[in-house]
Amino acid sequence: MTKAGSGPINTAGPLWVNAEITYKCPLHCVFCYNPLNYASTFESELTTEQWLKAFREARALGAVQLGISGGEPLVRKDAEVLVSEASKMGYYVNLLTSGVGLTEERIAAFKEGGLGQIQLSFQDSTKEMNDFLSSTKTFDLKLKVARLIKQYDYPMVLNVVLHRLNIDHIEQILEMAEAMQADHVELANSQYYAWALKNREYLMPSREQIQKAEAVTERFRKRLGKKMKLYFIMPDYYSDRPKACMNGWGSVFLNIAPDGLALPCHEARMLPGLDFPNVRDHDVGWIWNESRAFNLYRGDSWMQEPCRSCDEKEKDFGGCRCQAFMLTGDATHADPVCSKSPQHHLITEQVDLAQQSRAGAEEVRPLLFYRDDKTSRLLGTPETTSVLDEHA
Amino acid sequence: MSLPTDTALTLEKQFRLQWEPAQNAYVLLYPEGLIKLTESAGEILKRIDGKASADDVVHSLEQAFPGADLKQDVIDFLEVAYDKGWIRAD
Repeated sequence: MTKAGSGPINTAGPLWVNAEITYKCPLHCVFCYNPLNYASTFESELTTEQWLKAFREARALGAVQLGISGGEPLVRKDAEVLVSEASKMGYYVNLLTSGVGLTEERIAAFKEGGLGQIQLSFQDSTKEMNDFLSSTKTFDLKLKVARLIKQYDYPMVLNVVLHRLNIDHIEQILEMAEAMQADHVELANSQYYAWALKNREYLMPSREQIQKAEAVTERFRKRLGKKMKLYFIMPDYYSDRPKACMNGWGSVFLNIAPDGLALPCHEARMLPGLDFPNVRDHDVGWIWNESRAFNLYRGDSWMQEPCRSCDEKEKDFGGCRCQAFMLTGDATHADPVCSKSPQHHLITEQVDLAQQSRAGAEEVRPLLFYRDDKTSRLLGTPETTSVLDEHA
Repeated sequence: MSLPTDTALTLEKQFRLQWEPAQNAYVLLYPEGLIKLTESAGEILKRIDGKASADDVVHSLEQAFPGADLKQDVIDFLEVAYDKGWIRAD
């Protein structure tokens, strides 16, 4: 039960817990939203017992949805135990995986343990795009995993991150999804955080690319109807109002990083001076209700203008604190995606840049930051630099 | 879409109904989402067990809440649940 009234502003507990059980991953996606210094968590991952303790505490606050994600969660050998114990606690458990390492033995154990759904991400292939799109090996692996997912009576939920270098291949991607008998396909344009921010100038599609991709998507949608549901998600840089990030800071979502850091979103680790609490040292109830970090951007008392007097502040909460910090250097500024932000030009300049014709994928590939352990260690210091600092 | 009233109803396989003390309500859980149910919606859905038909659900509710004229409200709600894909009629 929640301790009613124990929170300064928010007395409802988290509903959705995302457990990033490891940042280890066999893939090297250029749009990864894991922190740049993710490799620093390798030696300090929570134990199985510490994860279960945090799950129990969050469940006691009323959390019902649990994401098991990463990195690649299947890298951890205790993923099955975490899933089955969490299911017993009453969570609806979602596994977010690239499918690499998903054997029949493991999927059978997940099913037995009560796993609710599997969301399969389409692995990025920027390094060898052409090879990949025609690669029988990769295609066979995906088909095999897709068959297992169907065989174990799960819907086939496919997540594809789109960006400048792959969006023109959307037809082939959707044909592959159809061959895999996907039930739901999320076509989400990359959001520019962490590795994707590093690679932003190469990843942001032009308006024309987006329109073409949408038209292809619509054609598939018309032909396939309910058989394969397609969701196309625009990059937020192309909007003039910010997203209601996480439905508000510390409102419904609790992210727990591999090293136990409790965060109000996947990206918040980068925000300086917040001193995020760790689930090893604190009860999740205290973290959610009492900690300074979770209370800092609740409500609207932290807001500056134009948010403070804005009649939309209860709709979008001023957008994303991390994006405001990354782009303007101050997390209390309005998310510059908003056209009311005095720094909106930081967004429109990038959008303008994306309309120019650029070098082709061949030329761009060597310039990208690939998410790998070596690069992560090189970038190793805590990620507190903003784009402003880099350009200073 | 019209729901047959004499056919057994089952919760769709991705959906799970459970009582949540923290919210003092039944919630319907599905991949990456949840719906907090009103008291009456919870009373209806908890009777969906793979055997009971819409008629059975109405009958059971009339026993539990004698004197109330529930039939149309219950059928209307089940129609909505059916259209939304929460339940299926086998």
